[in-house]
Amino acid sequence: MEHYLSLFIRSIFIENLALSFFLGMCTFLAVSKKIETALGLGIAVILVQMITVPANNIIYQFLLKDGALAWAGLPDVDLSFLGLISYIGVVAAMVQILEMAMDKYTPALYNALGIFLPLITVNCAILGGTLFMVERDYNLAESAVYGMGSGLGWAMAITAIAGIREKLKYSDVPDGLQGLGITFIITGLMALGFMAFSGIQL
Amino acid sequence: MASKIKSSVIDPLIDTNPITLQVLGVCSALAVTTNMMAAVIMSVALTTVIAFSGLFISSIRKHIPSSIRIIVQMTIIASLVIIVDQILKAYAYEASKQLSVFVGLIITNCIVLGRAEAFAMKNPPLLSFFDGIGNGLGYSLILLIVAFFRELFGTGKLFGHQIIPVATEGGWYIPNGLMLLPPSAFFVIGLLIWAIRSWKKEQVEKPDYQIHQVHRTEAM
Repeated sequence: MEHYLSLFIRSIFIENLALSFFLGMCTFLAVSKKIETALGLGIAVILVQMITVPANNIIYQFLLKDGALAWAGLPDVDLSFLGLISYIGVVAAMVQILEMAMDKYTPALYNALGIFLPLITVNCAILGGTLFMVERDYNLAESAVYGMGSGLGWAMAITAIAGIREKLKYSDVPDGLQGLGITFIITGLMALGFMAFSGIQL
Repeated sequence: MASKIKSSVIDPLIDTNPITLQVLGVCSALAVTTNMMAAVIMSVALTTVIAFSGLFISSIRKHIPSSIRIIVQMTIIASLVIIVDQILKAYAYEASKQLSVFVGLIITNCIVLGRAEAFAMKNPPLLSFFDGIGNGLGYSLILLIVAFFRELFGTGKLFGHQIIPVATEGGWYIPNGLMLLPPSAFFVIGLLIWAIRSWKKEQVEKPDYQIHQVHRTEAM
């Protein structure tokens, strides 16, 4: 239990996908002008991450890994080169299914998330989470915890920067830094803050 | 035709640069720039993928039903990335270990999908190919500039060769460790954007909220 808890904390703070691996930066910079939209996107990322990381883990462990097809009588087959194309297929399919399911059962949440769900397919944080899971060879339980933690960390980072940017519009920024430039610098400062967590040993 | 090709290669370098103006493909631009070697490999990999994905997607653009075009584009891009990844693993194993997941993440690099969607779906194959090369080079340019500053000031080296003698080996330069850490990439790109926009005034964004200029008669 303690192992999972420390993995959870580590994936939120120490190995924050947005601020220490720079994943999902395109959306992070583009959709962080308002807290509400940022929060909506954050929730969508948490949901998708919670489903896709364990789903891809199952595919990796039982189909693609070297020797994983032993249960089908093919112990020498290594399909790991098919990884990338399978993972992105799973992400695209899961986003589509989630979208249809939410449309049917939770229309309020579906309308609130709106445009952000399809956007998530091309968010590097989602595919990145899966690829880190493969690289570190997590098992199913670990990958479920990691998926939730990394999604939560990303959502927290984008909500925080949206809060800062809302206040920032009242400040007098030099012309050339206006908009994108100052956002980069602030993200850098936030990343610097998050580095304080890196000293924690879990 | 020749002038169109020329402009599709030259424009993305500064005028419509994918990173500093279009805000695409930022993730990898930040993560692989701690040294020049990784940046060069990443640039070559991305430019190859984006140019060929433009070529292939554009050649079949009239046969792709628009409702499933994203999946089709993704499949083409993913196949190209797998080829690049396998080649890197075969011939440059050390480098591919260092780039870790970021080669795979070229699939979701917004520049590739963005150019496929915005350019290759509407233009002939050859032009799309050169548009891909142009955008790839624009991305590479930023990557190399950022990597240059980070490696030079972070370790005093370029491509692993000592340029500035560092203090630990009897030189005079004390390496700035911050340059090797994630936040410095944001600072370098932020300052780079500032520099480009001071030069190209038309790229400056309008502020959302204008601060009232107090005239000295009002202040009294």
